[in-house]
Amino acid sequence: MEKKLKELKEEALKQIEASQALDKLNEIRVAYLGKKGELTVLLKSMKELSNEERPKFGQLVNDVRKTIEEKLEESKTRLALAIREEQLKNEVIDVTLPAKKNNVGHRHPNTIALEEVERIFIGMGYEVVEGPDIEYDYYNFEALNIPANHPAKDEQDTFYINNKILLRTQTSPVQVREMEKGKLPIRMIAPGRVFRSDEVDATHSPSFHQIEGLVIDKEITFADLKGTLAEFAKELFGPQTKVKFRPHHFPFTEPSAEVDVTCFKCGGKGCRMCKGSGWIEILGCGMVHPHVLEMSGIDPKEYSGFAFGVGLERIALLKYEIDDMRLLYENDMRFLKQF
Amino acid sequence: MNTPLSWIKAYVPGLQVTEQDYTDAMTLSGTKVEGFVKFDKNLDKIVVGQIEKIEKHPNADKLVVCQVNIGKETIQIVTGAPNVKEGQKVPVVLDGGKVAGGHDGSPLPEDGIKIKKGKLRGVESFGMMCSIEELGASKEMYLDAPEDGIYILKDDAVVGSDVVEVLGLHDAVFEYEITSNRVDCYSVLGIAREAAATFHQKFVPPVVVSTGNKEDIHDFISVEVADSDLCPRYCARMVKNIKLAPSPEWMQRRLAACGIRPINNIVDITNYVMEEYGQPMHAYDMATLEGKKIVVSRAEEGEEFQTLDGQIRKLDPSILMIRDGVKAVGIAGIMGGENSKITDEVTDMLFEAACFDGTNIRLSAKKLGLRTEASGKFEKGLDPNQAEQAINRACQLIEELGAGEVVGGIIDQYENPRKPKRIVLEADRINQLLGTCIAKQEMLEIFAKLELEYNADTEEVIVPTFRQDLECMADLAEEVARFYGYDKIPTTLPTGEATTGKLSFKLRIEEIARDIAEYCGFSQAMTYSFESPKVYDKLLIPQDSILRQAITIMNPLGEDFSIMRTTSLNGMLSSLSTNYNRRNKTAKLYELGNIYLPKKLPLEELPEERMQFTLGMYGDGDFYTMKGVVEEFLEKIGITQKISYHPEEKKPFLHPGRQAEICYKKTVIGYIGEVHPQVADQYEIGERTYLAVLDMPSVLPLATFERRYTGIAKYPAVMRDISMVVPKGILVGQIEEVIEAKGGQYLESYALFDIYEGSQIMAGFKSVAYSIVFRANDKTLEDKEVNEAMERIIKALKGIGIELRQ
Repeated sequence: MEKKLKELKEEALKQIEASQALDKLNEIRVAYLGKKGELTVLLKSMKELSNEERPKFGQLVNDVRKTIEEKLEESKTRLALAIREEQLKNEVIDVTLPAKKNNVGHRHPNTIALEEVERIFIGMGYEVVEGPDIEYDYYNFEALNIPANHPAKDEQDTFYINNKILLRTQTSPVQVREMEKGKLPIRMIAPGRVFRSDEVDATHSPSFHQIEGLVIDKEITFADLKGTLAEFAKELFGPQTKVKFRPHHFPFTEPSAEVDVTCFKCGGKGCRMCKGSGWIEILGCGMVHPHVLEMSGIDPKEYSGFAFGVGLERIALLKYEIDDMRLLYENDMRFLKQF
Repeated sequence: MNTPLSWIKAYVPGLQVTEQDYTDAMTLSGTKVEGFVKFDKNLDKIVVGQIEKIEKHPNADKLVVCQVNIGKETIQIVTGAPNVKEGQKVPVVLDGGKVAGGHDGSPLPEDGIKIKKGKLRGVESFGMMCSIEELGASKEMYLDAPEDGIYILKDDAVVGSDVVEVLGLHDAVFEYEITSNRVDCYSVLGIAREAAATFHQKFVPPVVVSTGNKEDIHDFISVEVADSDLCPRYCARMVKNIKLAPSPEWMQRRLAACGIRPINNIVDITNYVMEEYGQPMHAYDMATLEGKKIVVSRAEEGEEFQTLDGQIRKLDPSILMIRDGVKAVGIAGIMGGENSKITDEVTDMLFEAACFDGTNIRLSAKKLGLRTEASGKFEKGLDPNQAEQAINRACQLIEELGAGEVVGGIIDQYENPRKPKRIVLEADRINQLLGTCIAKQEMLEIFAKLELEYNADTEEVIVPTFRQDLECMADLAEEVARFYGYDKIPTTLPTGEATTGKLSFKLRIEEIARDIAEYCGFSQAMTYSFESPKVYDKLLIPQDSILRQAITIMNPLGEDFSIMRTTSLNGMLSSLSTNYNRRNKTAKLYELGNIYLPKKLPLEELPEERMQFTLGMYGDGDFYTMKGVVEEFLEKIGITQKISYHPEEKKPFLHPGRQAEICYKKTVIGYIGEVHPQVADQYEIGERTYLAVLDMPSVLPLATFERRYTGIAKYPAVMRDISMVVPKGILVGQIEEVIEAKGGQYLESYALFDIYEGSQIMAGFKSVAYSIVFRANDKTLEDKEVNEAMERIIKALKGIGIELRQ
């Protein structure tokens, strides 16, 4: 009987070893360990044995059962693993097939540039404010030290609605509106649409955008203006950017300057973009003219300030190397998708 | 303003500088150089040669073979020029040299033209003789240049010497951008003064000596200024026995380099002094002046006058005239008269150098549509104190050039001589404004270079009258800063009270609008604020619509840009149309832009500017796609309660059966719909096109960033599906209203999951299926409670003609 048990064990282990499928293993389990399985039958035949032999044989049968069970479990794990592996092998995908996209839309390059500028100045404590597109002559000119019949009025090619209302030619009137509120100090930027009577071509548009900046406080200096705009230029065009301040004239600032930055394409060596000079003009600025402060009810002996104006389209065109301003207002999807 | 550097150097003799250094330094001190053109940029190896022998070319009728002495040797040159003769001295470019351009005067190539020896029709040629155009110059600068052919040099030119030197072409013309406040710099002397100060050199203006014979101009003519408000100063001098002739070469070249064509000595002197001093002058033929006097007075209403260009001009009393004793002879500061102009027969003339009111000249020139070189100078507002010096300078040149006999004396009507302004020098405040510590002494040195004197007793800076731009401390600060160097001023950041950087609530909401629109696949468009009044017809907007009450621009760029938009639709549809016409298969655009609604027309106060969030698309998606974007946006800005859509037929530009007003509670906040096919046709969009417009001022008060957590349900939900047969005319919105009204306190949500019309449903009906979710916060719902709610809903649905589907 012991011999039979041994043969049975070896036969079972052999079968388990050879089986390649989970259901085959199950068949083996039933064939040996099931209710009518061979081992169960063998165990039943134990009653033929003597009382002394019985526990020993029982022990032997149980050992065999345990061995077979262990072997079954082991094979099951092995097989499951093989099957998982087979499955993984069959599930290889072509990762180069096209992506399923939400087709997210695109911001206008003007807005991207504007948000960049806003981010920089908000970080420096500036509030973003707005003023009306259609404006009184007073705010657009007179309060900015450009009295009636001033030649600068002609230079700006103004669109008029009537003799006292016009389409603002600059965002500078927002300066006056903020100063008139009487809340000091002021640190603001004012982005917005401006209008000038220029025919549409690659570099002109009768409607474009400016960003005005204004700081009014005690002891604001030209050095502060330089520092602020140098910081701005570095943030916008990269840390290597240098700035150059050239004397200029604006009726509402004194001293005034135009600001050039080192060409961000060639780094200042000179290229087509900067017309070989290594510098690109980006904005106009200056110390707020004492007349302007006075007209807005601020005492120039106590307060001083600086102001600057940036052409948004200019920044966008330069930054994204757009060669024709008309593209900004055509809204061709093939253009917008690039931003 | 274009000026050759050699002319500047004439008044700043110590100026030794390269063109680039001059450009950089002048720009940094405030006289912006726009660019310069070097005459000798592409001229190389060009020498004076003398033609010793000319022979026929053996193989070509139109060519000749010349032996040309170039000093060290004689070389053979083949030429086709028609004007060469033996013995002439000519410019010769040698083998390996360079000329500026071709002989036809076409635009000069960037790098010039290289000249190499070679064979012409089998005969060797070792160089080329040059025309004036090949030398990069023009016939205007060298009036003796032949119409066609080689430029023949003067007999005294030294053979073998540098032609560029001989012709004075080692020079460059600079173009300046002069700012409107620096009237004094619209002159060679003004720029020279700035150059001297920039380069720390001595400024040596021309010495104007007294001129004139023993006669007295007052014996010939008198001047009366009737309207001195428009003519602060009037100077006149007289010249007899005029001998018209070409002006000397140096004068011609300077004028030509400035872009002024030399004519004759008198005209050239006038122009020369205008460039030099910035003071325009006018000359009248004495023989044409009647009554022995000049009167400066306003024109009569309706007066007509023939200017020297032959045109008849209609005048009015705002325009200032120059008259003699009988008639008008010129429009002051703008243009002289046909009746008194200088002709070749002139013998005596009256020279006028006046100062006219700048604004008046500008307005008159504008009114007449006649902007001249002179009016352009006057309108900037000239310094009356320079008129006398300029006219004396002109008379001095007339004598020096032998152009005529200057009569002694000057007529000078100058009622209120302009006096120098005085500005108290507050060095501390200047430093305070600039953020510098510049010593007062250094400031004074800068002022001295600019001819600003300082009175130590009164501590005042005395500003010469030619510097009309200097009025206050800030102006002096700029002068200090310019010459101290903008680049040397330190860079600091503002200190003081801290401020909060932020976007306004409105701008934050607009930012979210952009984010959501883009997330939903829409790209940002920007369109113009002005458009054509014709767009209303294009949009089928009725004649009496309030939308047609648009603000009109007085001076538009044309009808297409003449009114301020009252709707954002045209911009959007035009952009979609552009995309469609360019064969873009789909386009999804949004715009955030203002419309302009007048409170009253004609405009008396500023209009309302209303920000519109406009969405438009074709090619991909439908009405409900648009609706999705609208709702995503509204949810994101905290509008969580149900938005309702009211089907309307009010918008003529939308499909009558496919449009709705977007409402929140009772407020209309926008509209949405499919574009009317006729409108789509007018915009040439061949696809179904959809629009949605949200009026941001209506949306803003509803928006909020406040959010409150309400807890996540602990008890299970009960879901019931309901399938209905609905008459076609009933909107699902009505069904939803019923569900909401009758669902009771446990109603959590509901969702449409099927809608069907077709063969299995009776005609005139549709099948609609909803799944409705109930849940209590504090217990597990019992079937009974849910059944009751469902019964209420079903009963109410029956009330509007809806049956459950069997």
